[in-house]
Amino acid sequence: MTRWLGVVAMLGVLAGLVMAFLVAPREMTQGNVQRIMYVHVPAVWVAYLAFLVVLLGSVAYLWSRAPAADRTAHAAAEVGVVFLGVNIATGAIWGKPTWGTWWTWDARLTSVAVVFVIFIGYLLVRQMTDDPERGARFAAVVGIVGALNIPLVHFSVYWWRTLHQPPTFAKPGPAAASSAIGAALLVNFVGLLLLCAYFIAKRYDLLRAQQEATA
Amino acid sequence: MTFVRRAWAVVWKDVLAERRSKETVNAVLFFSVLLLFVFEFTLGADRDRLASVLPGLLWLGVLLAALLGLGRSFVLERENECWEALLLTPGDKSAVYVGKLAGNLLLMALVEAVVLTLFTLFMNVDVGRALPGLLLVLALGTLGIAAVGTLFGAMTAHVRARELLFPVLLLPVLVPVLLAIVKSTEALLAGEPLGVVSHWLKLLVAADVIYVVVGLLTFDVLLEG
Repeated sequence: MTRWLGVVAMLGVLAGLVMAFLVAPREMTQGNVQRIMYVHVPAVWVAYLAFLVVLLGSVAYLWSRAPAADRTAHAAAEVGVVFLGVNIATGAIWGKPTWGTWWTWDARLTSVAVVFVIFIGYLLVRQMTDDPERGARFAAVVGIVGALNIPLVHFSVYWWRTLHQPPTFAKPGPAAASSAIGAALLVNFVGLLLLCAYFIAKRYDLLRAQQEATA
Repeated sequence: MTFVRRAWAVVWKDVLAERRSKETVNAVLFFSVLLLFVFEFTLGADRDRLASVLPGLLWLGVLLAALLGLGRSFVLERENECWEALLLTPGDKSAVYVGKLAGNLLLMALVEAVVLTLFTLFMNVDVGRALPGLLLVLALGTLGIAAVGTLFGAMTAHVRARELLFPVLLLPVLVPVLLAIVKSTEALLAGEPLGVVSHWLKLLVAADVIYVVVGLLTFDVLLEG
């Protein structure tokens, strides 16, 4: 089951690469560098969906104490952090040639970084708690607080950066998104979503095997 | 016992223990005075520069003191082996959360009163006109910090390297609250009316509601230890 998901995910990612490199048009001002957007933007969408899974899994675990719910939340948090890391890394790589800097305290960059740190905290709690069952409960509370905090982080950082100073650079990306660009984004989103689902399923299996081995 | 009386029992116990031992309050107050010196030494005595970063410094002082004070609250319960007694509280365990939260709010209010007074004295700020608005921001921000701090404090009391994990968990979650209070303090000290910062106040209220509700609902899970 997991293996087939992996095969489908691989095909999805390949289709995404084909769309990004061959089908989508070359951007007028930025050139080929702009194609990194097809990984950069879907990665953050997928990461936030993974954190939604963390929220649901955490609530379900505290409600039912079913180990399956905890494993789902744990796996989704790890994979979400990886995808958010990919988003930040590709953003920096894209930012250097277009903005001239790896990092800037822009609203969206900052809020993504804060969410990244919150969910690293989620993983740390688990790691630093000796009893795994206790770690699962603690992590679930952090997961709920962290996920509910995401909208607050977004609003606060947005107001912090945009009310007092105007944006110093134009937002990157296509000015008028053509249909080929939209299609390429969509295909890449589906591809990365499948990849994310595959990673979560794989981590879930590993966590279960680990728990069965230690039990 | 009703919910309120059970919560009150926890507050009373904390206040009494603190009044007799004088451990946390004295140390935290002294720490916040020391912070004032550190700020002065590291940033220099340039009045103009200090004035521009004052709202940030003020809140940094409160936040660092809170990190020390809130972290202690549940560690004391463990050191004195009172955790089981908290677990034995009859009925809904969220009463213990409310009690602990109220105790922490008292501690933070005391620290804030001292920090604010010292800042006005030593850094030469005029808070007079901005004071009513400032107190509102202070109250809303403190509730948010204490609500998450109490919840995470109960958690990290059981964790290895708790002094490390507590701030690591707490600080990123508190980013919205921090931004809201620093930005509103900045505006209020500049003489702006309260209406200018109404969006920040709404954000603070939303954050307070979310944190307190999550705290009430999940606290018994943490109290299990």
